[in-house]
Parts: sequence; structure tokens; C-alpha cells
Amino acid sequence: MLCNECGKNVASIHLTRIVNSQKIEENLCETCAKKYTGLNNPFTVQNIMSGFLSDYHKPETQSTLSCPECHMTYDEFRKYGKFGCSHCYNAFKSRLSPLIRNIHGHDSHIGKTPNKDDGEMKTSEELTMLKNQLKEAIELEEYEKAAELRDKIKDMENR
Amino acid sequence: MILWMRNSGEFRDVVVSSRIRLARNLDNYKFPNRIGVDEAKLVYDDVTKSLDKKKYLDFKIKDIPIIERKMLVEKHIISPALLYTPNISGFAMSEQEDETIMINEEDHIRIQVLDSGLSLKKSWEKADELDNQLGNSLKYAYDEKIGYLTSCPTNLGTGLRASVMLHLPAMEMTKEINKVLATIAQFGLAVRGVYGEGTKALGSLYQISNQSTLGDSEETIIKKIDHVTRQIADKERIIRENIFKKSAISFEDKIFRAYGILKNTRVISTDEAVRLISFLKLGITSGLITDNNINDIDKLFIEIQPASLQFMSRKEMSDMERDIKRAEVIRNKIN
Repeated sequence: MLCNECGKNVASIHLTRIVNSQKIEENLCETCAKKYTGLNNPFTVQNIMSGFLSDYHKPETQSTLSCPECHMTYDEFRKYGKFGCSHCYNAFKSRLSPLIRNIHGHDSHIGKTPNKDDGEMKTSEELTMLKNQLKEAIELEEYEKAAELRDKIKDMENR
Repeated sequence: MILWMRNSGEFRDVVVSSRIRLARNLDNYKFPNRIGVDEAKLVYDDVTKSLDKKKYLDFKIKDIPIIERKMLVEKHIISPALLYTPNISGFAMSEQEDETIMINEEDHIRIQVLDSGLSLKKSWEKADELDNQLGNSLKYAYDEKIGYLTSCPTNLGTGLRASVMLHLPAMEMTKEINKVLATIAQFGLAVRGVYGEGTKALGSLYQISNQSTLGDSEETIIKKIDHVTRQIADKERIIRENIFKKSAISFEDKIFRAYGILKNTRVISTDEAVRLISFLKLGITSGLITDNNINDIDKLFIEIQPASLQFMSRKEMSDMERDIKRAEVIRNKIN
């Protein structure tokens, strides 16, 4: 969604103004919103995030990274804190790990995965759990159980 | 009418409601913050086509009158952010209004399941099933390492935000609440007041939700909030009993004064109403007030909000007109 005012930048602020008792709702970019709000540095997720990012990449090192699909540049992402499409993640991959760690304290997903072919959902957590059980079974020398688990894991990974 | 509040779920004396939200995006379209109107329409069509038409009705925001849009937000059926871009956004919902699929909010898809009381597990199962259904015909944006891809990196991974709304008047009275909230934060959970600005929680209503969406499985996230909620609820109950034992007469006085005002008021603001209804709730759960049902009173928090009142009257109203209508609604609802 582009800014209602300048039509150039991505709108990142939803502004409700009351002018002559008429309510006006607009989607503005940061620059245009400043004209109305006097908020020079609102405390938003985006701002905190760009703070994180500038810690890692000094401001003078302007990045030339950009997404081949939606053409969002890395600098734009740094400014707005939102990606333009799913391909941005790949395009900015080299820079994202510290940011993701900072937000979530982790950088790997555990849990549900989209899997269409079988009705049941395979989850990476289940796989991890099975692998742990396998290790345990081997340690306890329960080889019959271990073989069973090994086949189960193979099955899941080949699905 | 608030259909999704059906007095189901556990811990009704402390837990008002439970909510599950899943963020999903489609692989082949730009995210809503960068999407054009034509592309957004394709997203809307793709999503609504993948839903069972018999079970879900879909609406474009631009086709809904302003007051009704806001009423839907007050009823928690849609999020306030869905209204920011009415030219591209829409939603589908189940007949019972407990399942909503928001389209082109911050992400292409936001699945939401609501229930009264503590009901996170059941709600998650419903959301999971709905997600599977959509995932069967849509290609989700997903990465093996970082999970479901979202427009904002704060929702990455599971895309799951699970939350409960809690009524904690006794903890608030004894200032115990601050300790509890600090502890909750250490578990990676976020707390905020439901009504009121800043840190003040109007009506002693608090919302607890998971802070992080990446690194824990859906089951782990839900178990954690469920567990913490049960413990808080137990503690709140104990403190309620203690207050009642220690100063029964002033406790009763507070509750019956609130009851008296609510039954007789002719003009009342939202703030005052929320504060007094909170006392009435406490009166019901302590067994002091027996003619009212906790679920009806929970609904009242929503029914007295500005857009819901105006929708009931089928017209736009001034502040004063609303305060009068609010008083009337409360008098009629409370036995």
C-alpha cells in the first residue's frame, strides 16, 4: 500500500485526523505523517527494529541488496520493518539472522509445516523427538526399538 | 448479540475468553503492505475459494457500513488493523462468529478462533484444522528453517499468537498483580490491559499472550499459556477469598454499590460502566449476586462500546446520546 499523500513511499502509518469536525483516515508514509503528527520518532516496532539493524550494519555502509520479486531494497526493509513479499527473506538472508535472534531468541522454527500430500501433518518437532528417542534406545541397547524408530524417521523424512 | 461467547470453556470466574491467531501468507503474491488493488483481489478470491462456502460467509470491508465495521472490532471478530486498508481487506467467518479468516490485514491470511473461558487447546485444534483446509489448496509462504513467512518478522515461525483475557480484581486490590506480571514476563509472555490507555487496565481485565512465535512448537506455546493461566486463576481465587474473609462488609459494600448504580443509572460513560461491571462480576463469582449470569455480564463489556450502541439504535449518536443509551442497555440487561 503506497502513501495516500505522496504516492511514492510505502505507507507505514495509519492516521486518523479530525479537521473541522470531519474525520479523515489516511495511510501515510513516515515522511508525510510527520507533517501532521509532530511525532518525530514514534515508539513503534518498526523503529525499534531499525535500531537493532543499524547496530549490526553501520549506517554508512549502504546496502545494495534488493528483492528480485517485489523490488524492495534492504534499506527500505530496514526503515519500515516489514517485508514486501515472501522472496524478500531469501534476498536478505545474509543479514537477517541477528535480527531474528534478537526478536525471538531463536532462529529455527519448530512446529507445524505445510504438507499437503498426506492428511496428517508432519512436524519437525515430532521428528526431533523421534531422533532423541532413537539415541536413547541405542544408548540403552534396545536395538529392536531403535530399528523401529529408525524406519519411522526414514519414513517421515521421505514423505 | 455476541454469538461466540457461549459460556463454554473452563475457569469462567477468572478467564473471560481465549483466542488463537495464525498468520499465513501466500507464496505467489506481494504482502499486503506492498500489494496493488488488483493483486489484492486475487488473494481475496483464492482464499475465499478454498473455504467451505456452506460454513463460511465472506465480506469485503468496503461493502460494510462504517458503524458495523467498528462493531465487528468491538466484538473481537476482526482486528482494528483490518479496517486500515478497506479497499483491499476482507474476511470470512463461521456462522457462530467464533472462527474468522481475515484477508489482507498485515498478512494475506489471519486465522482467528475465539471462545469464552479458558479454551486454548480446543481453539487451537479448530484453528489447526482450518489452517490444514486452507493449506490444501493454497501455497503458503514457508521456509524450512524459519517457518511460516510473515510480513513482520515478529510473527515468523509458527505465526501463532495465543491469548487469554483475565479478570483479576483481587490481585489488583492487593497489588499482588505487579509481582505476577513481572513473573509472567520472565516466561516470555506479554501482558497488557484490555481497556484503557497505557499501563492502566480498566475493569481489571488483562490480556496475556506469547511474545515470541519462533523456536517453540504450537503445542508448547499453548501449554505454557494454559499452565500460567491456571496458576494465576488459582491465585486470584485465593486472594478473593482472603479479602472476603478479612473485610467482608466493605467488600460487600463495594459490590452492592456498583450493583445499585448499574441497576439505576440513567447516564453513564464507558469508563465508569466498565469499572462497575467489573465489581458486579466479582459479586457474581463470590456468590453475593445470584440473579445474573457471568456470561451475560461478560457480553455486556462489549455491548456498551460506542459502535455496538449505535448499531443497536441504527443511527450515529453524540457522546451524550450514547451515555444515555448505554445506561438503558445496562438497566435492561442486569437482573
